[in-house]
Amino acid sequence: MDSHRNQEWVAVERTSAFQEYSRKRKAFLIPATIFFLLFFMGLPLLAAFTTVLNGKAVGPLTWAYIYGIAQFFMTWIMMHLYVNRANKWDALVERARQEVAEEKGR
Amino acid sequence: MFGLSDYATAIIFFVLIILLTLGITAYASMQNKSTSDHYVAGGKIKGWQNGLAIAGDYLSAASFLGIAGAIALQGFAGFYLSIGFLVAFLVVLLLVAEPLRNLGKYTLADMLTARFNMSSIRSAAAVSTIAISMFYMIAQLVGAGALIQLLLGIPYAYSVIGIGILMTIYIVVGGMVATTYIQIIKAVLLIAGSVVLVLIVLANYSFNPFALFNAVESEIGSTALHPPAPSSITASLDVISLNIALVLGTAGLPHILIRFLTVPDAKTARSSIVWSTWIIGLFYLITPVLGYGAALFVGQDAIRAASPEGNLAAPQLASTLGGPILFAFVSAVAFATIIAVVSGLVLAASSAFAHDFYTNVIRNGEASDSEQFRAARIAAIGISVAAIVLALPLQGANVAFLVALAFAVAASANVPVILLTIFWRRFNSTGAVAGMIVGLVSSVGLVILSPLVLGEAAIFPFERGSPALISVPLGFLACYLGTVLGGRGAEREREQGLQIDYDEIYVRSLTGLRPEDIDQETVQRPTGH
Repeated sequence: MDSHRNQEWVAVERTSAFQEYSRKRKAFLIPATIFFLLFFMGLPLLAAFTTVLNGKAVGPLTWAYIYGIAQFFMTWIMMHLYVNRANKWDALVERARQEVAEEKGR
Repeated sequence: MFGLSDYATAIIFFVLIILLTLGITAYASMQNKSTSDHYVAGGKIKGWQNGLAIAGDYLSAASFLGIAGAIALQGFAGFYLSIGFLVAFLVVLLLVAEPLRNLGKYTLADMLTARFNMSSIRSAAAVSTIAISMFYMIAQLVGAGALIQLLLGIPYAYSVIGIGILMTIYIVVGGMVATTYIQIIKAVLLIAGSVVLVLIVLANYSFNPFALFNAVESEIGSTALHPPAPSSITASLDVISLNIALVLGTAGLPHILIRFLTVPDAKTARSSIVWSTWIIGLFYLITPVLGYGAALFVGQDAIRAASPEGNLAAPQLASTLGGPILFAFVSAVAFATIIAVVSGLVLAASSAFAHDFYTNVIRNGEASDSEQFRAARIAAIGISVAAIVLALPLQGANVAFLVALAFAVAASANVPVILLTIFWRRFNSTGAVAGMIVGLVSSVGLVILSPLVLGEAAIFPFERGSPALISVPLGFLACYLGTVLGGRGAEREREQGLQIDYDEIYVRSLTGLRPEDIDQETVQRPTGH
């Protein structure tokens, strides 16, 4: 690839807005992904190797059902947490684009 | 098992659905004028529309018929499918959807070749797209054939061929526009049908879900309400393997991923995820009521008698509780579900063939728009015929677990390569091709060696045949080893123009900026993006 094209992207990458966006994205996504994967696999792992989920929790509902239904709420909450953040990050992307354009205009 | 008047009413509903979808296709054909319209509806679908269409693509016959039957017969073990199918959406949303939208154009291969400028990568991605879509499509066709045979008395082969002709017409004439509208209508019908069934079931328990669960405990037994106790290490690992395939597989399903290319920007892609996650989640949340309702009102023996896997539990429940009209409606909903999902799959597979193989590998990207358009339509016919021919001898296979296997192949062949293309700077083309081939061959190979195919003579011991526990790590390992041991190394590939600089991929995948957006002198807002 021609180096001119590469420099354009490196210039975007170096803007303070992009750095902030990249940092915030990682700070959310890495722990969020680790959490939801562990939370998800917790149910089959506990169910496959133990019987701790087989007891009653609330009325006729077993702990397995409580855990299973909790996964639904976890998914919805996590989805909204991400979408709210990502919609705010759009402003940083726009700022990064403008920073590069201004840099070139100089 | 059903009376003659049931058939008559059901046939009227089926015909209405066929006429409605063909009408939509005729209307959509007016908007299906170019290659971009055909593959991604010109990128003009609205957020809520795409959200409903994703739900339509996702809630297949396996979800509606398979999960209801699995919960009716196996209790909580069937609910794993519901949970896994939903949580899988987080992998798509958090890790894959936006980078794919930002780098891609029409197909999954477009996203990978945004970084790797090589036809071998494109070909490998096309092969895995076609393989996964075929697997999934055959599962749906097998389920559809069995369903229609039992519901309407039409022989299996005629049903499969009939559905095959319908899906070909939708795609050849209406492309992505028609598929999208059909998915939306199907999603609404499916939700309506399920909610009606759930309300009728719960009405028998004063709308108290706890009373329903109490009834399950006293009439079916408490084992239906919790996972089976650990029996052997193999059985335990089988459960783990199935769940890995469920949670990772969605992020590698081409017909779901290309839906993110039909919207104009990342914000709309997110809004479609909000819609689809709520719809899909609410649907899966009520599946236990459908399943247990069927077990209580129809009876497990009657469900097994109609279909050993329980695939007819939901229509049987409708027949028992609501008589011929509700039975006909729910059967028609199942039918709409199947034709909508197979049409989405035909589109994904034929796009991979026409856009990736024909236009970019064979014609080296130099086909005119009308040639590409024609190739896409011819490929749709070819893919449909192949799927029909493969589905005809497979009568009687289990729908839900066949689909779970498609998930396993997607999780093994596509997911490692997609993630590493986005997130790993050193990744090279040898690693990408190795990852796709090893993921595909190991997952399909282990399924062939499993009891699902070999029965008693199985070498791979997992009863449900899900290979993900082994084949997903193998896919990642092949990506890593291919990169480290083989090929030129990422740096040299960049020097030779075989790989785009990772800085560009990283910035583009996160921002959605296109080369033309930053290569300009003034601060003008780019149009159409």
